[in-house]
Amino acid sequence: MSQENQEKKSEDRTLKRFHYSTDQAIEKPFNWKQMLRLFGYMKPYSKNLLPLAILGMILSTAVRLLAPVLIGSYALDNLIEVRDINFLWLMVAILTGMYVISWIGNVIRIFYMNKVGQHIIFDLRKALFDHIQRLSHRFFDQRSAGSILVRITNDVNSLQDLFTNGVINLLMDIIMLFGIIFILFMISPELTLAIMVVLPIMFFISTKLRRNIRRSWQDVRIKQSMINSHLNESIQGIRVTQSYTQEKENIGFFNKMNYENFESWRNATQKNAMFRPFVEMSGAIGTAVLLSYGVFLIQTTPLTPGQFFSFALYIGMFWEPISRLGQVYNQLLVGMASSERIFEFLDERPSVPEKTKAKKLKNIKGEIRFENVEFAYDEERKALKGIDLTMHAGQTVALVGHTGSGKTTIVNLITRFYDPTKGRVTIDGHDLRDITLDSLREKVSIVLQETFIFSGTIMENIRFGNPSASDEQVIEAAKTVGAHKFIQQLKNGYETEVEERGNVLSVGERQLLSFARALLADPQILILDEATASIDTETEQVIQAALKRLLHGRTAIMIAHRLSTIREADNIIVLEHGNILEQGNHDELMKEKGEYYSLVKAQFKVLDAG
Amino acid sequence: MNTFKRLKEFYWPYKRYFLVSILTLLAVTGITVVYPIILQITLDTIILGENFHLVPYVSIGFLVLMALKGVAVYFHQYLGDLFGIRSVYELRNALYRKLQFLPFRYYDNARTGDLMSRLTADVEGFRFFLSFGCAQLINLVMLVGLSMGIMFYYSPSLALLTLAAMPFLVVTVYRFDKKVHPAFKDIRKSFASMTTKVQENISGMNTVKSLSKENYEIGRFDDKNNDYKDKFIYTSGIWAKFFPLMELIGHICVVVLLGYGGFLVIQGDITPGVLGAFFSLIWYIVGPLMNLGFIINMFSQSKASGERLLQVLDESEDIFDEPGAREVERLEGHVQFKDVTHRYDSEDELALKNITFDAPPGKTIGLIGATGSGKTSITQLISRFYEPSRGEILIDGFPLEKYKLKSIRHNIGVVLQESFLFSSSIKDNISYGSPEATMEQIIDAAKRAQAHDFIMELPNGYDTVLGERGMGLSGGQKQRIAIARAICIDPSILILDDATSAVDMETEAKIQAAFEEVMKGRTTFIIAHRISSLMHADEIIVLDNGNIVERGTHDELVALGGNYRNIYDIQFKDRNTFLQEAK
Repeated sequence: MSQENQEKKSEDRTLKRFHYSTDQAIEKPFNWKQMLRLFGYMKPYSKNLLPLAILGMILSTAVRLLAPVLIGSYALDNLIEVRDINFLWLMVAILTGMYVISWIGNVIRIFYMNKVGQHIIFDLRKALFDHIQRLSHRFFDQRSAGSILVRITNDVNSLQDLFTNGVINLLMDIIMLFGIIFILFMISPELTLAIMVVLPIMFFISTKLRRNIRRSWQDVRIKQSMINSHLNESIQGIRVTQSYTQEKENIGFFNKMNYENFESWRNATQKNAMFRPFVEMSGAIGTAVLLSYGVFLIQTTPLTPGQFFSFALYIGMFWEPISRLGQVYNQLLVGMASSERIFEFLDERPSVPEKTKAKKLKNIKGEIRFENVEFAYDEERKALKGIDLTMHAGQTVALVGHTGSGKTTIVNLITRFYDPTKGRVTIDGHDLRDITLDSLREKVSIVLQETFIFSGTIMENIRFGNPSASDEQVIEAAKTVGAHKFIQQLKNGYETEVEERGNVLSVGERQLLSFARALLADPQILILDEATASIDTETEQVIQAALKRLLHGRTAIMIAHRLSTIREADNIIVLEHGNILEQGNHDELMKEKGEYYSLVKAQFKVLDAG
Repeated sequence: MNTFKRLKEFYWPYKRYFLVSILTLLAVTGITVVYPIILQITLDTIILGENFHLVPYVSIGFLVLMALKGVAVYFHQYLGDLFGIRSVYELRNALYRKLQFLPFRYYDNARTGDLMSRLTADVEGFRFFLSFGCAQLINLVMLVGLSMGIMFYYSPSLALLTLAAMPFLVVTVYRFDKKVHPAFKDIRKSFASMTTKVQENISGMNTVKSLSKENYEIGRFDDKNNDYKDKFIYTSGIWAKFFPLMELIGHICVVVLLGYGGFLVIQGDITPGVLGAFFSLIWYIVGPLMNLGFIINMFSQSKASGERLLQVLDESEDIFDEPGAREVERLEGHVQFKDVTHRYDSEDELALKNITFDAPPGKTIGLIGATGSGKTSITQLISRFYEPSRGEILIDGFPLEKYKLKSIRHNIGVVLQESFLFSSSIKDNISYGSPEATMEQIIDAAKRAQAHDFIMELPNGYDTVLGERGMGLSGGQKQRIAIARAICIDPSILILDDATSAVDMETEAKIQAAFEEVMKGRTTFIIAHRISSLMHADEIIVLDNGNIVERGTHDELVALGGNYRNIYDIQFKDRNTFLQEAK
């Protein structure tokens, strides 16, 4: 009994083992300000493309509005009463002309409206992407790559419908609706009023019922996106799952999740299926009113059978604009959510603004000074506490200290990913805040621990350091860092296709590629975050040799982890809790028997403990 | 049709939904075509024939018919949808089950993105056909057929002339379809390529920023963005060309109808009511025909989707429990390799060549060698993620295949270089391999993995949920949770595959300390590049290209003066210099 209980309990647990949240735009209440901002993107096209689209729309809508009168009130009545064949031919000719106009109007409308829509989507996406490029590290640290991606791709795309069809349909439907009512009134006010009884029913359906339906679809979408999250994770983590033989437990979890999705989906389709019957019924009521009251009016008033027929045609056309207005409203609500998320990113300010009068950093020697620099990531935590420091041009400086001692912060200030809270950082005497970001970062490059491989050839990947470099220069750089040998051994040499997730390159080879990249960028100041990842010993030696060549003639700042690298630095700076404890070269510091000495000793302890 | 037949088990159990849906559809279509007839009767018999007393009957009859139609529409749509989503439910369960049990060999060559698109887009494509496609096709045939029948019944000559333009419509639809689908495919491709670009840009943002290549990236993105826009505008050009044209053809029918029909009315050959009915009937034919291309395309798409689903479902699970396999609660942990040769794929080179070793319970084996030398292959064979091409692997004296998979894997704890944690609470992550573990056991595992202290500092402690949007942990912290996860199943065999390489020195020291504690009483395999990590092993195996080139204890290997000695010299150069300096 107790064992059964135990099993039951652990089953309960596995059924709830994963947690997912949705990061998808569902919908937001209507907001005028945001709407205006969004429609501001139409402005560049309001004088050229947009008027053409509207013209096309008006032409075709006018024809659709007038054709039933022509067919019913004029042609049909003539056939019944006057029976004038020449008048019939005239009608045929006019109708043909109208349909040709409508055809041209439609061609223009569809083409130009899509063009406007796509241009707006392009502009919006470009604005978003460009802006994101300018944002600082903090922005990217706080968000997953997936959530940023979704905004640039899906959120922007979900506005596509609004801009290509939504806007023009809104206009078209309003014209249609009022046009129909106007024409009907012209023909017969009494009959029109009688038929209008269906309007409230139609509005009720397109608002209340539709909202209800929309909500249940939202529920489905949320469940769906959780399923997708889980599927994605379960594929990526399959090796762990199989290592721990949790296949059956996960199947149980998925079954439950899948069933919940099925239930909410079933619920949504059930509501959804009520929509059309209601629409048809309200249309039918209108027709029934027409049948009974219309026939009565034919008997008692001058209403003609042809006019009666026109009414029948118009009632058939009535539902479409009302239904579409409801759709446009839906689109607007979804658009609200998407645009809010897009604007949230666009309103994000880079944490290091550029001065309007910022100067370009021209040829420099590469001397870096920190003058009484303080920095705090947030108010409670000071990462640097009054640092004074000079890094001479052409020297190699190693930063040493525990995690959180301030090594990375110093680097972030030199590259101006952040500005100091107090004091200043200068290069060759220029305060970094007076220099344009582009010119600064042209002179300062970082070689990161982890090398990102862009999908493309090896050649393109190295050339990323300097897109204008020739093939020869790329190969030269690869030779200098000792990457040429392994590249040549690849299937297609420099033209071998690689990608981030591919396993063509080993960790060490990636590192060499990033050295070649940095060499090609040819910066005056080089920052190096030494990799901790283990590389087999042979490759490691190649890397050490490459490093020497890369650093030659540059000011280099290294966050080093290997004693062999640190020992060769011209200046070693030992940091603790945001302060400089000691500095000097290896021999000097070893003699001092201070913190550096004990760090070195500690490292060997680790080795011995192995 | 074979594809649909082979997927039958997922939808045919729910055929009653489908059949009722189709039956009600027939009712819907039948009632739809009654409308023009009522219009004709009203015009001719009631108005022109002045039989006004019939009005109430016609009106009420009409309403009743429409109410019936409403009910039919409801059941047709709901049951059709239900048929589709019920099948999707079954299909998804089957796919998921399959994915859980597919071997590593399958995942070596599979891409997450591709699998995801099968599980989402293809399942949806298949459902679409089940829910709508089939019914739409039936509806189309019915509606067009009935409408034509009524037209011919009223007036064969008018029907013939009016429908004369139909072949042109069909040709236009066909041509439109031929053009628009490749164009849509291009749009999708272009979008995918843009997405890839953005994805890469964001993932590689550190690299972009460190080399200050933002403008270069903007340029490259502009190309993709532009291409997408151009493809879209090109496609809308096709729409703009064909769609109004189709409508125009429909309108030409209307004009012909008015001209010739009007002529016939004046001649007295047909009544005005018949002409009126024709105006409705014509759209029952033109409308569905305009959709024909869409439906046919949907059919071929969902067939393709079905094929892609079958590809997954047909994959063989080649590693499974043999009949009569032993079920063992706890293994001793005695691992033996006898002449094991392994290759991953028939085209690949041999990953292991005649490997023989003996790891008695509780001993530690170190594996060292360059990338690709076969270290990881050995450990993957122990867990039976692959099966060796030749040779025998014994655990506690019995061949690996004689055990149930669960018995083996439940006794092996694995810690890899990069740990994968799930979007669950820390508690559930640690107890992932043994969901029945008590809170005390979980905390004990965390303590032994040196993870307890930092977990307690998190806002929700052990209930903190990890994941993309959840709390972020550092590499070292993740690694310690992974170690706790491995300990939590209390394994008799422990595999540490380069487990400390992705963390900094300080964290490494902590993790090494954790290992010392957890290795006690377990057979342990340590894969490492740093000699310091495995020098205390009972036996160290040096691998090169799938061969064992040296083996022995640390001291023996150093004395041997081979590969191992070489690595040792390089790695301990610093240390020796330091020792000298210290003197």
